[in-house]
Amino acid sequence: MSEAAKVREIRALIAAHKRWDLVFAMLGLLALMVGVLTFAALFGQMALEGAPRLSWDFFTHFPSRKPDQAGILSAWVGSTLVMIVTAATAVPLGVGAGVYLEEYAPRNWMTDLIEINVTNLAGVPSIVYGLLALGLFVYQFGFGQSILTAGLTLGLLILPVVIVATREAIRAIPAAIREGAYALGASKWQTTSDHILPYSMAGILTGVIIGMARAIGETAPVITIGALTFIAFLPAAPFTGDPPAGLFEWILSPFTVMPIQMFNWTSRPEAAFQHNAAAAGLVLVVMTLSMNALAIYIRYRLRKNIKW
Amino acid sequence: MTSISQADRIDAVPEKFVSDRLARRQVRHAKERVIESILFLAAFVSVATTVGIVVILLKESLDFFQHVSLWDFLTDTQWTPLFADAHYGIVPLLSGTLVSSAVALLVAIPLGTIIAIYLSEFAPFTVREVAKPFLEMLGGVPTIVYGYFALLFVTPLLQMLYPELPGFNLLSAGIVMGIMIIPYVSSVSEDAMRAVPMALREGSYAMGATRFQTAIRVVTPAAFSGIAAAYILGISRAVGETMILAVAAGMQPNLTWNPLEPAATITAYIVQVALGDLPHGSIGYQSIFAAGLTLALVTLLFNVLGHMLRKRYRQVY
Repeated sequence: MSEAAKVREIRALIAAHKRWDLVFAMLGLLALMVGVLTFAALFGQMALEGAPRLSWDFFTHFPSRKPDQAGILSAWVGSTLVMIVTAATAVPLGVGAGVYLEEYAPRNWMTDLIEINVTNLAGVPSIVYGLLALGLFVYQFGFGQSILTAGLTLGLLILPVVIVATREAIRAIPAAIREGAYALGASKWQTTSDHILPYSMAGILTGVIIGMARAIGETAPVITIGALTFIAFLPAAPFTGDPPAGLFEWILSPFTVMPIQMFNWTSRPEAAFQHNAAAAGLVLVVMTLSMNALAIYIRYRLRKNIKW
Repeated sequence: MTSISQADRIDAVPEKFVSDRLARRQVRHAKERVIESILFLAAFVSVATTVGIVVILLKESLDFFQHVSLWDFLTDTQWTPLFADAHYGIVPLLSGTLVSSAVALLVAIPLGTIIAIYLSEFAPFTVREVAKPFLEMLGGVPTIVYGYFALLFVTPLLQMLYPELPGFNLLSAGIVMGIMIIPYVSSVSEDAMRAVPMALREGSYAMGATRFQTAIRVVTPAAFSGIAAAYILGISRAVGETMILAVAAGMQPNLTWNPLEPAATITAYIVQVALGDLPHGSIGYQSIFAAGLTLALVTLLFNVLGHMLRKRYRQVY
């Protein structure tokens, strides 16, 4: 074989292998496209079916047996109130735990136990949290099927998300900041509250928003605690009604939330209710996606702006 | 007063000064201790949650197994706790869970792995910057919305291809669940691949390997433990997923290995019971805890398996 033929053979071999590169790159793009197309189909179908139902009345009416008069008033109010309790549970506990694990925790078996627990809890199916809440909050503590029970359950559910985000944000702060504060005589808590927490705020916020976006869309644990699906009243606002409701009376009120309302409408056979489900789903998706987008944006800004 | 000497006065001032600062320091110390205890308690909530889950599941399940023998639970082929002729065999629910999870993994593992390899080894910077947040958003869509999509979009679509397909089936629920899991699989796998040191790739390129060869024969094996962890994460998501199945796969327990049939999963059964109005302490009420315990044990099994895989194949650089 001549030199030239050998070179040609080698070139052909290289070209053949390079072709595989191209094939795989195409395959990768195709796989990504499956995700994009699914999302487009999901969003498009819901928009098509649900958008005609979206009107002011849809947000200000209670659910009804007549599909064209039904609305999501009790659902979005319920979701908002549950989210308040969830945030009030998950933010202090999650940030506190994150700060403890990063700044205070001694290296011992207790710390290891807590760390393993946080990792494991993140993998527990959400419906198991529902069972915990049913056995513990509803019957043992006697909170009933209330906003408080749902808020606490979802708070525990998103706790690992907040803890992990807090730890990552704190870990990104260089040791020099702490050493500087200690050198000026600050105590551990002064260092934490004046330096560590403010500097890690944006990272913590990202985690909290992602956690809340997850909580707002969670259905299974809230159904498991036995939340009613047909609620045509709002929890009593503080200091209204007769006799006047207390400041926190709403917290023990029965409720429904957006995903349960959507589930209820989806499982009806009539097409008209399924249009309502699409409209509720559209509201839900827009809400969770804008929360996620906000979190991604904050993280992006953070990565760009902070140079230690 | 005038009898106090100069020396005394000089001593008296710093002494008072020091004790004052000492007192302040003690207060500060106590405050620090209290704060540390509060933070510890916050961290301890995670342990308490785990203990709570274990205790509640075991307690209610023990009551359940006083009425139903463990043998019947594991071998009976019918699950009809709400009927007059009650049977308590977990196998039909388990088969629904396993079949739907298998379908989901057949979608999520190939697509998730390809996406991970593509994003980590092939994609230009801009594609990656756009694709990663997008995938994250795909994982953030509420599962009830995916359930609606499976029932009212994917099932009719599949019925066009295969007209005998029933309105509720494991296939469409499994496919949609698989697409939902893709982001979990791809992001964890991609992180594992990006953690593979550049020197390994450079060595491979220096030997004349192409990008594809490097990705498949060098990077993927080196990141295997992380990729296995991603698969396990995907499996436990699939096994624990509830709403997609409750909406799109039906709630009728059905011992089948055929994804074209409707069947209830463990999670769908729990939802079905919770939607009804079962009295606290009844056998039906206890049965959802037994089902939940089974679910928790299955997920635990996979997590332990994942942990062992990771340990066995971990590469340290």
